[in-house]
Amino acid sequence: MTLLEEPIRELGQRLRDREISAVELAREALSRAEELDPAVGAFLRTTPELALRAAENADRRLSEEPTGAPALCGIPVAYKDVICTEGVETTAGSKILRGFVPPYSATVVERLSALGVVPLGKLNCDEFAMGSSNENSAYQLTRNPWAPDRVAGGSSGGSAVAVAERFACATLGSDTGGSIRLPASFSGVVGVKPTYGRVSRFGLIAFASSLDQIGPLTKTVEDAAIVLTAIAGQDPKDSTNVAAPVNGFLDDLHRGVGGLRLGIPREYVESGLEPGVKAVFEQSVQTLERLGALVEEVRLPTTEYALAAYYVIAPAEVSSNLARMDGVRFGPGFPGASSLREAYETARHEGFGPEVRRRVTLGTYALSSGYYDAYYLRAQKVRTLVAQDFERAFSKVDAIISPTAPTPAFRLGERTADPLAMYATDVLTLPANLAGISGISVPAGFAEGLPVGLQVLGPYLGEAACFRVAQALETEVGIWDRMPPPAAVPA
Amino acid sequence: MAEERTTATSSGSIALSEVAHVSSLARLGLTESELETLAAQLQLIVAAVGKLSAADISSVEATAQVGDLRNVTRADVVAPGLSQEQALANSASKEAGFFRVPAIQ
Repeated sequence: MTLLEEPIRELGQRLRDREISAVELAREALSRAEELDPAVGAFLRTTPELALRAAENADRRLSEEPTGAPALCGIPVAYKDVICTEGVETTAGSKILRGFVPPYSATVVERLSALGVVPLGKLNCDEFAMGSSNENSAYQLTRNPWAPDRVAGGSSGGSAVAVAERFACATLGSDTGGSIRLPASFSGVVGVKPTYGRVSRFGLIAFASSLDQIGPLTKTVEDAAIVLTAIAGQDPKDSTNVAAPVNGFLDDLHRGVGGLRLGIPREYVESGLEPGVKAVFEQSVQTLERLGALVEEVRLPTTEYALAAYYVIAPAEVSSNLARMDGVRFGPGFPGASSLREAYETARHEGFGPEVRRRVTLGTYALSSGYYDAYYLRAQKVRTLVAQDFERAFSKVDAIISPTAPTPAFRLGERTADPLAMYATDVLTLPANLAGISGISVPAGFAEGLPVGLQVLGPYLGEAACFRVAQALETEVGIWDRMPPPAAVPA
Repeated sequence: MAEERTTATSSGSIALSEVAHVSSLARLGLTESELETLAAQLQLIVAAVGKLSAADISSVEATAQVGDLRNVTRADVVAPGLSQEQALANSASKEAGFFRVPAIQ
C-alpha cells in the first residue's frame, strides 16, 4: 500500500491536516519510481532535488495556511517531455534536442508550480509526440504496466504509465490525434483531451499546432477535473487560447447521467472493434442506461475520411513546425559540416528518427506546388465536414460515447513495420482533434486482463459533460483503484 | 515534370524521384537506401490518403483552425524577454555572442 494510491482530494486533506508531509510524499514517489520504473520505463529523467525543494516549500505553505493551501499543494506530478521545464533537460523524445535545457517553463508548468505541486521529472514519449505506441522514442521503450510485452500506447505513454504505477498523482500529456486518451485507455487511467484553446500551449514543443492540446492523466475523473481546472484558462502568451470561463468541471461532476442524452456513432462501433473491446463497451452502455442516460445512435458520416485528412494535415504542420530543428539554436549541432546545407542535413539526419522523417517528407509533399490543392486544401475541407458532423450530432445529444480504441494494448513491435496499421490506432480519437472538441478516456473494464477505456466526447468547451458521464461510469464500475501487477525488471 | 506530377496526383502514388526531391527540400540528408525504404512506405501512405479524392467537398470552405478567434494581440508594451546569453545557451556552435554556422556554398 502506498499513499500514492489515494485520490488527490484525500491526499490533499492528509497534507493539510499535517498527517503526512509533502517531503514524505515526495520521497515515497521518488523511491517508487527508482524501484519500479526500470521495469516499465516511464521516466526519461527524475528531478529529485527539484522535487524535494518544492516539497519543502509546500510543507511551509501547508503549515502556514493549512485551510487556504491549494488543492494541489504538495501533490507529486510529472510532465511529458514535450513540455518545457526551465532548467530541466527537455528532449521531446528526440535526439535532435538532446541536452536542450529550456530557459523558461511552459505556462501549464508555471501554473502548477504556483499552486505548490512537486515535480518528479520528465516522461517518455514518442519522438515529438508522433506515434501511437511510444515505440518512437529515441531513448527508451515504455512498457504496458499490465503486460510487459505490450505497448503503453502513445504518444503520452510515460505519462499514462507513471499514473498507472502510482509514481505520480497526476501527469500532463499532449493530445494531437489521441495521444492522451489512447495511452490512458491502454494503461488503465483517466486521460483528458481538452477543447482546442482551453489550455495554453506556450512552452509545448509544437507537433501540429492546430491540433495539439495539453491535458491531464490521473487515477480518477475527479483528479482530472481538479488538474484541468488548474491548468486551463487564458494566457496572453498563447494567441489560440480561448477566453472561456473555467468552471463547472467539479460542480457538475456528481450530478449523474439521469436524463442525459448520449450518442453512439454507428461509424465508430462498426469500425472493426475487437470482441473484448466491444463487450466492455456494451457493458458500459448498459450501465449508463441503467443510471438513467438516454442512449441513441448518431451518425458521423465523414468518419471514413477523417484518418486520411488527419494524415495530411498533421504532417503538413509537422514539416513547417520542425523546420526550426536545424541544429543551430539547440541540440548536438552539426560537427564537421562544411556548408550550411550540410550542417542542416547533418543535424536533421542524425537527429530525426524514422517516423519524424516520414511525416516531414509526407507533409512537405502535401504542401508542395502541384499537390497543395489535391491534398492539403482538400484535407482542410474534409476537416470542415468532420466538424459539421459533430455539430449536428451535438444538436441532438449531450455527449458521444465510444471505445477509445478498437483494440486493447497491442504487442511491442506488432505495428512498427507498418505505418498505416499504426496510424489506424487513432481512428476513434483523431476526429475530435480535427473538430477541436473535448474528450476523455475513462477505464471501463478489462479484456483478457488488459484495460479498455470508454471515450466520452463533449461539444466545444463541453468538458463538464465529459467529466459527468465519465464520473458516473467510474463510480459504478469501481475499478479505478485497481493497480497493475508488480512487473519484473527486464534483464 | 509538371505532366508527371499531374499523373502522380490522379493515381495517388509518389515516385522515388519525388520523395528524393521533397526530402531534399526538407534537408533530411537521407541516404539512398533510406530513400528507397521511405519511398516504399510513402507509396502506401499516399495511396491511403488518396481516399480523400472521393469526399464530396463541393459545399464547404477549408478549416485551418477551429474556434472563432480573430487577430488576437496583446498590448504593445515592452516586456522582458530572453537575454542574449539565455538565447545562446543551448547552441552547440557559437562565437562572440552569435550563432556560428558554416558558410552558404
